[in-house]
This record gives sequence, structure tokens and C-alpha cells, in this order.
Amino acid sequence: MSIFLNKDSKVIVQGMTGSEGMKHTTLMLAAGTDIVGGVNPRKAGSTVEFATPDGARQVKVYGTVKEAMDETGANVSVVFVPPAFTKSAVIEAVDAQIPLAIVITEGVAVRDTAEFFTYAQAAGTTRIIGPNCPGIISPGQSNAGIIPATIAGPGRIGLVSKSGTLTYQMMYELKEIGFSSAIGIGGDPIIGTTHIDCLAAFQDDPGTDAIVMIGEIGGDAEERAAEYIKEHVTKPVIGYVAGFTAPEGKTMGHAGAIVSGSSGTAAAKKEALEAAGVKVGKTPSEAAALMRQVMQGLIT
Amino acid sequence: MDLFEYQARDLFEAHGVPVLAGAIATTPEQARDAAQRIGASSGGVTVVKAQVKTGGRGKAGGVKVAKTLDEAEEAARNILGMDIKGHTVGTVMVAAGARIAEEYYFSVLLDRANRSYLAMCSKEGGMEIEQLAVERPEALAKVEVDPNVGIDAAKAKEIVDEAGFDAETGAAIVPVLQQLWTVYRDEDATLVEVNPLVRTEDGSIIALDGKVTLDANADFRHPEHAALEDKASADPLEAKAKELGLNYVKLDGNVGIIGNGAGLVMSTLDVVAYAGQELSGAAPSVLASPANFLDIGGGASADVMANGLSVILGDEQVKAVFVNVFGGITACDEVAKGIVGALESLGGSAKKPLVVRLDGNNVDEGRRILADLNHPLVTIEETMDGAARKAAELAAEN
Repeated sequence: MSIFLNKDSKVIVQGMTGSEGMKHTTLMLAAGTDIVGGVNPRKAGSTVEFATPDGARQVKVYGTVKEAMDETGANVSVVFVPPAFTKSAVIEAVDAQIPLAIVITEGVAVRDTAEFFTYAQAAGTTRIIGPNCPGIISPGQSNAGIIPATIAGPGRIGLVSKSGTLTYQMMYELKEIGFSSAIGIGGDPIIGTTHIDCLAAFQDDPGTDAIVMIGEIGGDAEERAAEYIKEHVTKPVIGYVAGFTAPEGKTMGHAGAIVSGSSGTAAAKKEALEAAGVKVGKTPSEAAALMRQVMQGLIT
Repeated sequence: MDLFEYQARDLFEAHGVPVLAGAIATTPEQARDAAQRIGASSGGVTVVKAQVKTGGRGKAGGVKVAKTLDEAEEAARNILGMDIKGHTVGTVMVAAGARIAEEYYFSVLLDRANRSYLAMCSKEGGMEIEQLAVERPEALAKVEVDPNVGIDAAKAKEIVDEAGFDAETGAAIVPVLQQLWTVYRDEDATLVEVNPLVRTEDGSIIALDGKVTLDANADFRHPEHAALEDKASADPLEAKAKELGLNYVKLDGNVGIIGNGAGLVMSTLDVVAYAGQELSGAAPSVLASPANFLDIGGGASADVMANGLSVILGDEQVKAVFVNVFGGITACDEVAKGIVGALESLGGSAKKPLVVRLDGNNVDEGRRILADLNHPLVTIEETMDGAARKAAELAAEN
């Protein structure tokens, strides 16, 4: 089992014919993702050939998300469209009522995200993951985004993280146990799917036994997630927070990773998580070691 | 990017927000000239204000009322060069004086928790808003603003009503809030704050002091925002990194850090700090701590690696460098080739020890390439924690 993405997911790629889109569509196909189409109005009707381990694969390009959904039954879109055009791409996906839109694009203006997120909320038919995120993988079933499928296989840990590379690092450390789903929700100030959304989904997923939650400085999403865990999550949660040494007022790579005054610090997040009964590793390795103990039934 | 008050004033003016006349000066003589031009509209009274990107400048003596040209010049002489919370004053704004009847507060900002915008407004302006929020939260109205609707006349009315303004004052403020909204939206701001927003004795509403933060991700829509950047006070290494397109933040330690991915690099800084604390048996460590944040992103080509190393080696405080890469999409052998290429292109100018930890995609090949290089400055470590300890030790020794 898994959250948000499974073996039956039919995936389209908005921006498939761009360089990032081409590269990652190839990798997603190799991971077994059922990619049923690409979207690009200027190349509608054409077909793109991808090399996969099972031989060449033809993927048709559609003019609109709506057309691709009507023709293929697609229910997931992965968005690689450049920042200046991301908002209109997501709004098109929402108008087509696609159930899940995963926005990989980095560098989207926060006003554009605020507008397309509010628009999607009002429509009520599309879950958005990202922007500025690596996407989601349900190992052995499907991979929608840029998380390398070769790091870890299927298992019973659920992982949610703001950071791509820390997702990869944690998957690597726990590769012998494996994951139900691993999801990178993105490091921007406004994101479509939050830690809480993922915690709720993992709690309800019969295929997930325990959850790793990776946070970082900025905002108070981790504090709110801690409150949620206290009230609603009965499965064990192991935490990790990055950015204890980040100076005040400096953006650390991710647009949302900034300590403002005394708010958004790593120390406050760790404290809130621990108060909710979450064991927090001091380093990624320590968090992984705690998770191994959880999975061996040594700690809860 | 946070703007100076005078830059916020200019943006406000461009969007029709009522502001007082103002001009900047970097010398006392310029301030005198500015006071002569500007004071004409305000009975000769001007206010000389330090331009620093921090609060509390009034308390620090960075704001002075001047009744004459001599006083304006003298005030500028005192304020220029002043240190306010670690910010050296290089510029003052000479603004027209105003006869203030009341001071209010207004802001519109990004609300991360609700993934929306929030307007805040109070009849009690002038003081630090954090203080007001704690001491008298009931005096601070908070109203959600729909990003796709914004602050129209109805929303502005809701905000002033919520803040408890009388009908006449509220009606005077409503159009100003709408104009401030256009600043927020059209300039791609994440914060527009006016403190104080004042009513003068003759009943006008004026934005007396403004704070604006702009979203760097929206620069593609605003080529003109590049001119607002404060190049003069930028750290020289940060400026160089920016020119090279690198994501770099200067810190105070002696272990240079390069990694891929913002989260992993933040984590690397922490792990190095812990290693340093263990070495010196105290926190913060006197022996080893992170010198910088540097994220080289997904594809670590030889060029990017060389650029990154050249910025870090240009930091005199750096005694050792920790390269921490997890090969996700990027293969570790490519990263290793990048390091080899960087060392070749730097040649004799690379003198500081380099600790490299590679993991992930094609890690064996990556480590083999570095082992074959057999460079006297390069140490290969297998784990992130072990590499951090090694880098901290090398930095402490050198």
C-alpha cells in the first residue's frame, strides 16, 4: 500500500518535451511509472520515443491536460513547466479536475503559488504537491517526480520531507527496510500538501507501520505537525530537523528556509516534536538508527 | 530582499500611496541641500532618518527632527556612520515634517500557515508590532486576504471596521489600503508594512514609514528590482558567489562546506557544528564550526565544483573544506570527476585540506576515481558524521 500514488496511477507530464521533462520522464518510465502522455500545446499530436529497460516506449503529446485525461484516463500530472509559466499550467490542470498535480519546478514566484493554490482549494478537485519539490515515489509501484527509484525498494516506512536531498539521504540510510511512500513536499513558503496532510494519509495507510518526518527552519509547519501528531497519529513517528546553525534573516537555499527574529528556528521545531512524543535524531544517521529500532520493535 | 525605507517610500509613491516628500543623502552637505528643497513644503521642518534594515533606530538615536538647515546638517553628521544593531548607517533620508494627530499600523503579508495573505491593522501604531501583538492583541485586527481577490474597497472596509476606526477616519484610510495592496501585488512583495500610518492635523492619511520585502523568485517579472539591491554592504564573498550563480551564505567558522541540495547542506552545517563542539567540549566550539552554506544543486559539474571551491578557498577563515554529496540523479563518478577537474583548474592555489563524502548513485566508481587521484589534500570518508569529524579536526589543526 501507499499514499497518493500507486501501481494504478496513470501519469501525464506537463512540460515533458523540455530538457528536464525528457530526462525525468525517461527515469520515471524506467522505474515502472505508467506514463500515458505528455502535454505541450505546440507539439500536440506528436509522439516522443523514450528508451526504457524494456525497449523503446512511445508517449503521445496532447495539447491540453483535459484532452490527455479524456484520451488516457490520466489521474496524476507531474509539472516541469518553467517558473514563468507554472501558474497557468497548474490552473489548466485544476480546470481539467485532475486529482493530483505534482509541481517539481523550482523558483516559482510565491504570488503565483498563492494564487494557484487558492484557486485549487476553491475548486476542491485537485491535490497539489509542491512546488519546488522532488515529488513522490511509492517504490515498486510508481514514481512521479525526480526521486531516484534506485535508492530504496518497497517496505513499510512512510517518509515526508521538505527537502529533496535529505529525502534521498534518509531513504538510503533505511534502504534495507524500504518504504510504502516517500514524499518531498517542497521548501517554498507556500506548498500545496503539508506535513500534516501526509501524516494523516500515512496514519490511514495500512501499508505504513512508522513515519519519518524531516523538517527544516522557517515557518511553523513542524510545530503544527507536532500538535497534529499528539492528537491524531498513533503510529510511531521519528523526526529530523535541519538548520540549527542557520543565522537569523538569511535564506538557506530553499525560499522558505529562513529564521525570522525568534520564529522558525530548528530548536523550537525539535522541542515541539519531542513534546508530542516524537523521537528526534540529532543527525540524519541518528534519526535512521532510531527508525531501525522502531522497526525492530525495540522502541515505540 | 528587504528594502530600505526610502526605497519603500519611492515604491509607495509610484503606486499612489500618500507619502511625505523625501530625499536621500550620504554626506551632511547633501543632507543640508535636501533639507532646503524638502523643508520648503513643511515650514522648514524636516526629519533626518537613518536608512538601516533593522528596527529600533529611533531609540538608537537614528531619527532626528531638524527645524533649521544647520540642525539638519548636524543631525546627518551625527547619524551617518552610526552603528545601529550592527548596521552601519551609510545613508540618511531627509523627509518633510508633518503635524501628526494620530499614529496607526497596517501591514499585508504572506501567511505561511494558512497559505494565504493576512492584513493586520491597528489604531495603535508607532510601537513595535510584535510588542503590541503580545501586550494588547485585542488592539490588532487580523483579516485574511484572498490572493485572487486582494484588498478591494469591501475588504479594506472590513479591515478598518475590524480595527475599530470611526466612520470618518475609516473612510479616509480605505483608499490607502487599496493602494498599498497594489504595491503588494504588483511588486510581488511578501511584506508591505506601514508603521506608522498617520492622520495629520488637517485630516490627511500618510504612510510615514514603510517596510517592504520583495520575492526574489519574481525577479523575472521585475528587471527594475535589480537596482534596489544593496550592493555596497553585501559581503564580498556572497557577492562573488552570486555572480557565479551559486547559492552561498557566509558564516563565521573555519570549515568550508559544499553540498548538493539545500536540506542536505543545512544538515551538513549542523553536523559540522556538533563535531566542533565535541572537539572543544563546549558550545559554540572555539576549534571548528561551519564557515558557510553552499548548495551546488543537482548536477555538480566540474565547473560548478571549481567555482564553489574558488569562493570557499577565497575565505581566509577557512582552514578545511568538507564536500558532502549524495548522488541522487547525479552520479557520484560525475561528482568525483568534478572534484578532480576543480583541483586541476585551481592547481597550486588549492592549499587547504578537502574531506569528501560521497554516497548514493555510482558511489563505488566515484570513490575509486578520488582514490586513484591520490591527491595529498583529499581525504575520502564513508559517512557524513565521520567526514564532519575529520573536517573539524583538520580545521582545528591548521
